[in-house]
Amino acid sequence: MTTPPIENASRRRFLQGVAGLTLALYLPRPASAAPQAETTAPFAPNAFLRIGVDNSVTVISKHLEMGQGTYTGLATIVAEELDAAWSQVRVEGAPADAKRYANLQWGGAQGTGGSTAILNSWEQMRHAGATARAMLVAAAAQRWQVPAEEITVSAGVVSHHPSQRQASLGELATAAATQPLPTAVKLKEPHQFQLVGKVAPRKDTAEKSNGKARFTQDVQLPGMLVAVVAHPPRFGAQVKEFDASRAKAVKGVVEVVQIPTGVAVLAHDTWSAKKGRDALTVTWDEERAFKLGSDEITARYHELAQSPGAIAHAQGDPDRAFAQPARRLQASYDFPYLAHAAMEPLNCVVQLQPTSCEIWNGEQMQSVDQMKIAAQLGLEPEQVTLHMLYAGGSFGRRASKDSDYLLEAVSIAQAIAGRAPVKLVWLREDDMRAGYYRPAFHHTLEAALDAEKQLIGWRHRLVGQSILAGSPFGARVNNGVDPISVEGAANLPYGIPHMRVDLHTPQGIEVPVLWWRSVGSTHTAYSTETFIDEVATAAEQDPVAFRLALLTQQPRHAGVLKLAAEKAGWGQPLTQGGAGERRGRGVAVHESFGTFVAQVAEVTLQADGKLKVDRVVCAVDCGIAINPDNIRSQVEGSVGFALSALLHGAITLKAGVVEQSNFHDYAPIRIHEMPAVEVHIVASSEPPSGIGEPAVPPLAPAVANAIAAATGKRLRSLPIQPADYA
Amino acid sequence: MITLTINGQTTQVDADPDTPLLWVLRDTLHLTGTKYSCGMALCGACTVQLDGQPVRSCVTPLSAAAGKRVVTIEGVGSEAVGRAVQEAWRQLDVVQCGYCQSGQIMSAVALLTANRQPSDADIDTALGGNICRCATYLRIRAAIHLAAKSLV
Repeated sequence: MTTPPIENASRRRFLQGVAGLTLALYLPRPASAAPQAETTAPFAPNAFLRIGVDNSVTVISKHLEMGQGTYTGLATIVAEELDAAWSQVRVEGAPADAKRYANLQWGGAQGTGGSTAILNSWEQMRHAGATARAMLVAAAAQRWQVPAEEITVSAGVVSHHPSQRQASLGELATAAATQPLPTAVKLKEPHQFQLVGKVAPRKDTAEKSNGKARFTQDVQLPGMLVAVVAHPPRFGAQVKEFDASRAKAVKGVVEVVQIPTGVAVLAHDTWSAKKGRDALTVTWDEERAFKLGSDEITARYHELAQSPGAIAHAQGDPDRAFAQPARRLQASYDFPYLAHAAMEPLNCVVQLQPTSCEIWNGEQMQSVDQMKIAAQLGLEPEQVTLHMLYAGGSFGRRASKDSDYLLEAVSIAQAIAGRAPVKLVWLREDDMRAGYYRPAFHHTLEAALDAEKQLIGWRHRLVGQSILAGSPFGARVNNGVDPISVEGAANLPYGIPHMRVDLHTPQGIEVPVLWWRSVGSTHTAYSTETFIDEVATAAEQDPVAFRLALLTQQPRHAGVLKLAAEKAGWGQPLTQGGAGERRGRGVAVHESFGTFVAQVAEVTLQADGKLKVDRVVCAVDCGIAINPDNIRSQVEGSVGFALSALLHGAITLKAGVVEQSNFHDYAPIRIHEMPAVEVHIVASSEPPSGIGEPAVPPLAPAVANAIAAATGKRLRSLPIQPADYA
Repeated sequence: MITLTINGQTTQVDADPDTPLLWVLRDTLHLTGTKYSCGMALCGACTVQLDGQPVRSCVTPLSAAAGKRVVTIEGVGSEAVGRAVQEAWRQLDVVQCGYCQSGQIMSAVALLTANRQPSDADIDTALGGNICRCATYLRIRAAIHLAAKSLV
């Protein structure tokens, strides 16, 4: 069916604009992207750009806009090589079609995550823009009968100065469509950039400031029913029986159906569906349900940490280094489960037809979702259409490795035989309790210093559930090591001669886990960067100087560390606090997803014992900075996001039941808790890498190190508790 | 039938009086700019104005809005303060995911309507009920100051 309520204005205008230029671009895959087995067509066509006769330039984003600014970033790159005016550029989400829209970092699969959008699209988007520009220039040359070399393009105007002729991109669009596709295009040199590294305001600000931006929660289809689900109180429980009589008596409730994940109440509107759900009586079969509590899980992890795990990284002879060290330090750390808790609770709209399925979603994992939905319905993946809408945050949650909430929505639509479109709405409590958390982890670290106080040995053991095992990406688990359990630890940047990192992946912990903004680095950056700080103190060294001495082979780590230290006034005394206040300054540096970030945090322990994070100075090296203001914005937001976890974030279980339910007991920081943030971007000619996640990991260790500087207390269990630093 | 005045338009709504205003706006009237996020007045995403006062529409029963003037994000730009706030939001590119921003803007407009020169502390108090999971707080604060300046 066609979907007027969803289709955005630019698409309609384009279709009404009749003759436009649709470029089917055949773009080579960058050599660095290794094709995987499921890649069907590595040289398949891609379509990223449309120019209308109305002079609109529509960039088609293959990546989800969930706040990270990807619609703006990708469009900046295309517009740069096209030489479009920024004001004529608009952005549209791509459909699910891995042949054209694969993430080149993910082999043949389409999806958004791991801060790969800019990284994998940089060359592809440049070629998309440059190819279009070449065809527009060729069309102008033909029309004006002048040599193409004499034609220039600037801010969307194609000009031939000798003859004083010019045309807009739109005026040339129809003619450009008939030009042959160029076999090679010349990309700009960095000094020629007009938009990259300069000012290009977000494309979604206006509609996100006036209520017009359309999220999945806002989808309305004719005859649509809203579904709210009674989920089991414990993971792994099943419906034994249920009584729907009271639910069905609620005005507006249409149907009550059992699905594999619970009981769904369908109503004409959300409130009625919620009232119906609350009126259900469900008896659960909990025989196979997971019934451990957080304390028991933690105890089990501590026990596992007593024995060696699977080796994730080893160098030198770590055990010999620890045989008789001059000084030995050790510490252990505990990290809780964390919920993503995006502002838009999970939801998904489904419309079933006999031979097709249409989905509206803040769609982050097209290829996996298409495959799993098709399998459940007995369709071909191509028969599943996915409309990628804005996501009201995700932080990894909408990149569901199991397509969990999408399949739940499809199950409900199946249960009513596709009689109506269904909007599944998870209430906040469902979103908080129904799982898929950043896994809880336990770490132990040991360091060995020699008589000269040199760090010679490092042993790091991690215990925590695997995200990849059992997922469509399970093949990446190698010799018992899920690489994302140990990322940031196994590749510790410091030059230490003897080192071992090993991992226990506990079995039988049935809490669903998932990537959470910056994934493994959420815990590995904390343990490694607070522990190295502790080692620096033991070695009687300045924390920055100590790190730099171990980073001689890591110029980009060292670069951001020096820049952050310099801008923060490291080495100069910190301004004194008021009466009864203690102040401290701490630093951390970490690379994730190819982007390097160092942060210096300044804190005050107030006279009443309260902690205030005053200021965070950040230095970022993400290669060529596509959109500096978006980089600043992401870093600011990452600081706040990471601070939420450090101060307040914990999902805990009691006898298998999640104890938190809403923002009163799982609290993101509020405006008064937000520190001042300064962002300094390293000038770089390296290829651009992502910025959606990499500024998250260093924040917590930088703040913890600042607290240690102020109080001498090392905080080893998150979230931090006032009693720990009193 | 309950009579409401929404963004200057008088509307009759056929819904139970205990239905939260949020769901009437979203599901009945299709004014989807006002967002659902917590349902318990904890996050402010659903903030609208009722006779000029900011309220959390997720816990405001329809009956409490009867006969009153409701202003939502769709209508807030028709007045000077709302326009100034939305313009400041655009100038500073405040938004990220954007889902909370309708509520942030409604709270900011209420603040500036009552206090044309808010301090940081005033902003923290007035916006303290609005969560932004993307943590765009620094730009929210800067945009409120910018809007205040433009209204002088």
